[in-house]
Amino acid sequence: MSNSQPTAQERFINGILPENPTYRQLLGMCPTLAVTGAMEPAMTMAAATGFVMISANVIISLIRGLLKPHLRILIFTLTIATFVTIADRFLAAYMYEMSKQLGSYIPLIIVNCIIISRCEICAAKQGVGTALADGVGMSLGFLLGLGSIATVREILGSGTWFGMAVLPEAWPDWGIMVLPPGAFLTLGLLLGLVNWLGNRKKSAGTP
Amino acid sequence: MSDEPQKGGYIRQAWLVIILALVYGAALAGTQTALGPRIAENKKNETFHQIPMLVEGADSAKTEPVTVKGKDGKDQVVYRARSADGTFLGWVLPTTGQGFADRIDVLIGVNADVTKITGMYVLDQKETPGLGALITEEDFLKQYRGISTDKPITVVKAEPAPGQILAISGATISSDSVTDIVNKTIENLKEPIRTLDTK
Repeated sequence: MSNSQPTAQERFINGILPENPTYRQLLGMCPTLAVTGAMEPAMTMAAATGFVMISANVIISLIRGLLKPHLRILIFTLTIATFVTIADRFLAAYMYEMSKQLGSYIPLIIVNCIIISRCEICAAKQGVGTALADGVGMSLGFLLGLGSIATVREILGSGTWFGMAVLPEAWPDWGIMVLPPGAFLTLGLLLGLVNWLGNRKKSAGTP
Repeated sequence: MSDEPQKGGYIRQAWLVIILALVYGAALAGTQTALGPRIAENKKNETFHQIPMLVEGADSAKTEPVTVKGKDGKDQVVYRARSADGTFLGWVLPTTGQGFADRIDVLIGVNADVTKITGMYVLDQKETPGLGALITEEDFLKQYRGISTDKPITVVKAEPAPGQILAISGATISSDSVTDIVNKTIENLKEPIRTLDTK
């Protein structure tokens, strides 16, 4: 089975751009839209999701020989929920303000489809090294997705990046960008841009 | 992961689930033991930070915790709020109850003789974002300010009379939960607090 599966290196690369969870798979849209009003919450979310994804991938890969087909989803969910709870408690202890700001979106990582899809597609079928590379690659891809949307929204909506002023005082903050409609607008435009660039590259490659 | 026929008893099928549940449970218990005190400390700091907003004119530094035995027989910590010059002003009651999604932690400010609510704050909640989570907003919480503690507060869906709470559209359960928490806490602690030293 492993002959036809991508190698660790391919998994890692795929996660970042060719199979980017945000721009290619369109998974995890709930946090993508909800916490990208500014860089700080977006990066905290990306880090928490990355921690859960990498940990769950490694554990599932380690026990993949013991999984029963009809109970595997249950075990995935159990594993993911455990790491999400650890991440949630950690944030409440060490980043209390951020934990309050993100509120229920941290526990909602449990239902993030990116993580369970990685368990199903990669970790349940491939070795620990590959699963680890896959988890790291996908986490970076998700970080890139959240980071790009949050960058556009925070700069246009508040004139800042990570809370530091980047646009002149005269910039009239586009309030809509930090509100939910701004999330949809930004995601749609960036998605269009990524597809346009992808298509241009493809058509340039063929004579 | 081929489609082998399912054989054996429940244990043979599910032993991995059971073992993992125990291992994960232990891991989470460990996490809670390690981080719990710090989280409680964070909440306590926030409580003290909120005290001036809950009892008007109160000073966080002059406020002190007092243990009181509620009607239900359980000991509970309440905060005796004082102004900067030490004048006794009222009480802050930290309390908790079940919401729609998870527990809701609430701080209730009451006046000196526990006849009126002077302020409300939601310390922790995991209600639905955009709906139930609106219980943390001032627009909802300000409705409680000034309500008498003589009779239980009721929630209505339209045109609230004085002393009634207008439920958040789409979040009736969360609105009811907060009100229920307030009613139960006031009922439980009203009489015991009145017997406390107010000097």
